[in-house]
Amino acid sequence: MLKLKDISVTFNEGTPDEKKALNNIQLELQEGEFVTVIGSNGAGKSTLMNVISGALIPDVGDVYIAESQVVHLPEYKRSKYIGRVFQDPMAGTAPSMTIEENLAMAYSRNRKRKLKLGVTKERKQMFKDNLATLNLGLEGRLNAKVGLLSGGERQALSLLMSTFTEPNILLLDEHTAALDPSRAELITQLTEKIVRESGLTTLMVTHNMQQALDLGTRLVMMDKGQIIFDVNGEEKQKLTVEDLLHEFKRIRGEQFGDDRAVLS
Amino acid sequence: MFISMFGAVESGIIYAIMALGVYLTFRVLDFPDLTVEGSFVTGASVAAYSIVSGVPPLMATIFAAIAGFIAGCLTGVLHTKGKINSLLAGILMMTALYSINLRIMGQPTLSLLNETTVFEQLEALWASTGIDSLFNGLLSSIGLEQLPGTWSILLVMIIVTIGIKLLTDFFLKTEVGLALRAIGDNKKMIRSLSANTDSLIIAGVGISNAFVALAGGLIAQLGGFADVNMGLGLIVIGLASIIIGEALFGTKTIVRATLAVILGAVIYRIIVTLALRVDFLETGDMKLITAIIVIIALVTPKILQSRREKNRRIQKRNQLRAGGKSNA
Repeated sequence: MLKLKDISVTFNEGTPDEKKALNNIQLELQEGEFVTVIGSNGAGKSTLMNVISGALIPDVGDVYIAESQVVHLPEYKRSKYIGRVFQDPMAGTAPSMTIEENLAMAYSRNRKRKLKLGVTKERKQMFKDNLATLNLGLEGRLNAKVGLLSGGERQALSLLMSTFTEPNILLLDEHTAALDPSRAELITQLTEKIVRESGLTTLMVTHNMQQALDLGTRLVMMDKGQIIFDVNGEEKQKLTVEDLLHEFKRIRGEQFGDDRAVLS
Repeated sequence: MFISMFGAVESGIIYAIMALGVYLTFRVLDFPDLTVEGSFVTGASVAAYSIVSGVPPLMATIFAAIAGFIAGCLTGVLHTKGKINSLLAGILMMTALYSINLRIMGQPTLSLLNETTVFEQLEALWASTGIDSLFNGLLSSIGLEQLPGTWSILLVMIIVTIGIKLLTDFFLKTEVGLALRAIGDNKKMIRSLSANTDSLIIAGVGISNAFVALAGGLIAQLGGFADVNMGLGLIVIGLASIIIGEALFGTKTIVRATLAVILGAVIYRIIVTLALRVDFLETGDMKLITAIIVIIALVTPKILQSRREKNRRIQKRNQLRAGGKSNA
């Protein structure tokens, strides 16, 4: 469904600040696969996300979505195929517009926008049904401005907005990292439920090793712009945080340099 | 007094179209567009030149709006494709339009005194309806002596402006309109929802300036001339209308916000008319008055709010002191 071939990205090339953010990345996701990506700060996780979403064009390499080459498509064209949830709960919704208007905009993601009403009666019912699956009572607040919602509610809405049109690929960019633990837990559960029910091909970046182990069917560990560890199926189900740390040390010969990943 | 008020409302309702245009950029797109000062004159000069050249006045008015649309789109292109800061893109376009407007008219001022304008055509049609005598009869029966020459401009312009408002309201609720509003709210998000933000900004600024130029074309016909300097300070007038309207009538929904902008434009005209009746003020003081109105409209709500907060705190403190208990 998603294929990254020979992707390399270098920032500030030719200066003392030169940084190889991605170094010859190869990654292929089968349809319905749920991959969690883990790595310390600066491992290249966010860069990888930006290359897939089109916010960043790689120096070399190809990106294929559903067999078609998309590396030259600008972000707004590529987002027809991609649903994305950002780390910042404020980033995924328009605060001064209502819940139903936000959903209507998301509904137009893979359709051509026309001069027709965005919120119609039928759509309202569909929005309500979808919101009800979140179990947050948002279905009764269709006309509330999104800016009035809490961070957790906004993130749940973002998650719904990026999934209910069934994109080819769902990108989750540390989407629980900015929430308090109980809200983060709620969003994690919702993510698990939505992905399981819709069978979306998903790539989730996280700082949290436990979360990376609990969710998904496959785990990828990144370091210094490279994929250093890739495990799926039963092998992944058996992994523990200790195993991951041990694995990192074995491959890199040094300690995993990020307390946050271990502690949270 | 009544006649000057009547004139204020009459021109206010036309300026309201301009204010709606400014609302689209400043509030909806969050794009502080100064093209307005030039495109208003472009509308006026295109309409005036067309009429002088023998184009039917209604057609000339439509030409004015089209010219404004093109000017606005160019500002949008400068900003999105040329990556020029929005404020600077507008200033550049405004400056360029000054010369273009002079070229269009061929002279700094173009008079329409001997020409038939869209309003004169309207009056001629109107005369047979007998509405004027009905209204004026009512007014003279309550003792007014000076009566307006025609009600046609006021009544028809109210219908036209409300029509434009309703179209705008509808547009902002369409799929395209929602995406346009999201640009002013959260650009990153709407891009991730597959909207082409560049095209939307270009179209949005274009529509805004079409409104402004339409107002310019109508004001030129109402006043009987187009002048290359008639757009001076217009952006502040537009902002004044929006801010006054929002402060008095609120912004809860789009429908309400656009109505507030229209009423704000009319109220602004009335305030200026009243201010100019004060003995020591001259016509040249208009801009100063406008700036002061905007400052007052911006500052007063904040002062009122901090006053309310302060009173609330004092009240709470007194409550505590008096009873030793409070529900705080």
